[in-house]
Amino acid sequence: MSETPIHEVQVHETQWHTRDFPTAAKDLLQDSQTRKNVQHATNVIQAKRNKVVDELPDWQDLREAGSQVRAHVLRHLDHYLTQFEENCTRAGGHVHWASDAAEANRIILGLVQQHQAKEVIKIKTMTSEEVGLNAHLEAHGISPIETDLAELIIQLGKDRPSHFVAPALHVNKAQVRAMFQREMNLPDLGPEPEDLATAARNYLREKYMRIKVAISGGNFLIADSGGLCILESEGNGRMCLTLPDVLISIVGIEKVIPSFRDLEIFLQTLPRSATGERMNPYNSTWCGVHPGDGPKEFHVVLLDNGRSPILADKEASQTLKCIRCAACLNACPVYHQTGGHAYESVYAGPIGAILTPQLQSMKEGRSLPYASSLCGACYEVCPVKINIPEILIHLRGKVVREDQTTLAGKFSLWNIGMQAAAFLFKDSSRLELAEHMGQIGQKVLVSKNGFIEWMPLMLSGWTQTRDLKAMPAQSFRDWWAKEKAPAAKRQSENNPNA
Amino acid sequence: MRVSLFITCYNDALFPETGKAVVSVLERLGHEIEFRPEQTCCGQMHWNTGYLREAIPIIRHFVRVYQDAEAVVIPSSSCVSMMRDHYLKAAEMDGDAKLVADVDSLLPRIYEFSEFLVRKLGVEDVGATYPHKVTYHASCHSMRSLHLGDIPIRLLKNVRGLDLQPIQNIQECCGFGGTFAIKNADVSSAMLADKVRTVLNTGAEVCTAVDNSCLMHIYGSLHRQRTYVRTAHLAEILASGSQTESPSA
Amino acid sequence: MPEERNHRSVILASIRLSLGAAQPPASIAAEYAAVPRTYAQSSTLSRHALLELFTDRLLEYDAGVYHRTAEAIPATIAEILTSRGKQGLAIPAGLPSEWLPASFTFTEADRFDVYQIDKTQGILTACTVAIAETGSIVLQNAEAQGPRILSLVPDYHLCVVFADQVVATVPEAFTRLEATSTLPTTFISGPSATADIEMTRIKGVHGPRFFDVILVEQA
Repeated sequence: MSETPIHEVQVHETQWHTRDFPTAAKDLLQDSQTRKNVQHATNVIQAKRNKVVDELPDWQDLREAGSQVRAHVLRHLDHYLTQFEENCTRAGGHVHWASDAAEANRIILGLVQQHQAKEVIKIKTMTSEEVGLNAHLEAHGISPIETDLAELIIQLGKDRPSHFVAPALHVNKAQVRAMFQREMNLPDLGPEPEDLATAARNYLREKYMRIKVAISGGNFLIADSGGLCILESEGNGRMCLTLPDVLISIVGIEKVIPSFRDLEIFLQTLPRSATGERMNPYNSTWCGVHPGDGPKEFHVVLLDNGRSPILADKEASQTLKCIRCAACLNACPVYHQTGGHAYESVYAGPIGAILTPQLQSMKEGRSLPYASSLCGACYEVCPVKINIPEILIHLRGKVVREDQTTLAGKFSLWNIGMQAAAFLFKDSSRLELAEHMGQIGQKVLVSKNGFIEWMPLMLSGWTQTRDLKAMPAQSFRDWWAKEKAPAAKRQSENNPNA
Repeated sequence: MRVSLFITCYNDALFPETGKAVVSVLERLGHEIEFRPEQTCCGQMHWNTGYLREAIPIIRHFVRVYQDAEAVVIPSSSCVSMMRDHYLKAAEMDGDAKLVADVDSLLPRIYEFSEFLVRKLGVEDVGATYPHKVTYHASCHSMRSLHLGDIPIRLLKNVRGLDLQPIQNIQECCGFGGTFAIKNADVSSAMLADKVRTVLNTGAEVCTAVDNSCLMHIYGSLHRQRTYVRTAHLAEILASGSQTESPSA
Repeated sequence: MPEERNHRSVILASIRLSLGAAQPPASIAAEYAAVPRTYAQSSTLSRHALLELFTDRLLEYDAGVYHRTAEAIPATIAEILTSRGKQGLAIPAGLPSEWLPASFTFTEADRFDVYQIDKTQGILTACTVAIAETGSIVLQNAEAQGPRILSLVPDYHLCVVFADQVVATVPEAFTRLEATSTLPTTFISGPSATADIEMTRIKGVHGPRFFDVILVEQA
């Protein structure tokens, strides 16, 4: 097996936020292979999830407790973070604080260089994607090697993750095989998932045993013990957490829980929600360093990167309760159609639609809160009861208010239209007038069969794929006024006491 | 009981037959219907699209119109959901303590049409006849916000001659989502395609629901594709058979 | 490091700014204690049903399960090793020597490096607690269980679980684990798996692919 070549200095620009959701979605809707892969994967996980959730008669109690524990932590986040720092340090860990992505990258690069490592093994962590860690390391001549099978697929395919539990669910086995044949130099590689997994096992095993520095994320920071908890399926996590000399974990500040005991809730709700299993194959918890067991040096980088300001928003701070199970992605009918790349951010699906714009202080991702029909399936499955539809509306409110402060926004068709509609809805006589005008005005658009097959401007979005029945000649209120009101009036005149 | 009908803005203009059907059913059951002509809209279009401030006068108007109503019946689960899920928050947002109190007092008197029949009146058989093959689409608000459960199914099962066919993937949204259908027309159409496929797979002639918004969306595609399948609001099915009735579409 | 102290203050100040006035720790603790925990703490399963459930879960994971009494442990280990074509196993320090059958080789491996462990035929350990509902076995860095590397690198893991170590629910397991929560702890629920390729669950990516359990019931 040849040495992994050092990459040329090639900063992979994580091309997030270049297109709005409708544009990206329109593009991805053309990709029938990806759509098929996404539908298959989400259907499988959903079915498994529903089965194991139905087994638990106390599922709603677990959701409620999980929601309250997470909400409690967020209300006292600094208290629990400093408690975690104290206990982790006492156990021999080093706690670093990074208020933004640049600082996180600086710290981690520094640690890796301190140990003169040219390669690092990595466990899947979306937090590292969020800060663009891999690109940063590569730009400084360090090769990060993804060990999670899906992330390996993404890395070898020079792709981007589309789902944070199964990042490569948009890729099928034939595509994986082609990629492995090429990148792992295995021309005779078999076609089945088992063959592909074995190839990955062999490819990575020697790296686990040889490479001295590992980077991970963390599912939970445990305040009372100063520990971390990582959930995984493949064992690559355990390899990276146990074999190297140095472990660096980058974790969002919101991931802290008060007590080791609280894992009894999340170890029930997270595996069932994420992969539809009663328990995922491996969970690891550890505190700092332990002589003779695991790394001699342990660092945790606490990442803010836009999280702390979110706490100030009483409506939307519940976004940070998220435990990254991706159940909302699997349940979302919009995600089903487009897959994750349409959201053009690390975090896709319903949680992405609310988290990404907030992390960006509403400067980017402004189309994301609208990437939803507000069907509520996400809220129904969220193990910590994040009311995503409510937050979506709240963020839409922010987008609208901000747009209204600009000339372009104030005079946009949408704003004019909505202001006009609001004017009509405040008074029934205005509404009646508008209805009558509509009944007349639509005649231009109504075809011989009584249907409207084309509408102008933004309304053409409807008629692209749908007909619209013409407005009836008489509205309900006109019918009532003509047919029922006179009789009702007569009756009340005859029976003044009715 | 004196029942006040809130027709909803879109039913008023686009689906007056649904309103007539509600009146017919409730009168058949012996109730007096009133229609307050000052009514306009529940405000959900503005609220859901993020025009929160603009929605408040619309909400205030609704509350004022129905303040003293004995019962308000609404043939639209999305409008009822708007009221139950958002009216209090909107009133609080406006800092109007009186509006908050008025909303609080009005909410228990607001009913979606099918829930009014079954939960309030205790009626599951309204004496209807509708000899057609029908499938029921569960709108998202009816399922997840109003928790109607199988109320509409129970009503449909008592309609004479009606052949009810279950639909697959009942939990999946049809893709209307209000302004979503325009703002994200492509995704909306993709979701609609899947929903229409499940409708056609039932072999039904008629697709029904408690929301004309979904039905308008679904029918838009059924008609564009020149299928023979039509849509009808649940109220119209329940009104059938008591007089010579032809389906609405 | 002045840079880092700066970021720490920035983050804590930002959090404080968002949340408003801090509450005293006693009040925070009281609020935490008031979180309602109405989820099931334990179950009504009989001991027998519990062990049956645990066995079923293990069998679903394709683990071998051997119900034996304590006296039969050495003979059972011998039987299993023979059936698996192995001449011996690595063991952690503190593993009871009375468990070990003669004519097989057992080597204490706590100080082995990863290449040495990789060459062993497998690992034999005890456990701390097991969970019937999820089919999980929990190991900690403790006597007879060893450092985490021992149950990770070999391709085969043979684990001795006593019936009174098996609890029904996850909360019950945490009751048992709370006192040693700072030890390196691993929950093992089946062999490693991935569903990353078309959602097909494939076994054995990293970590032991072969797993047997001796479930010891006191006579």
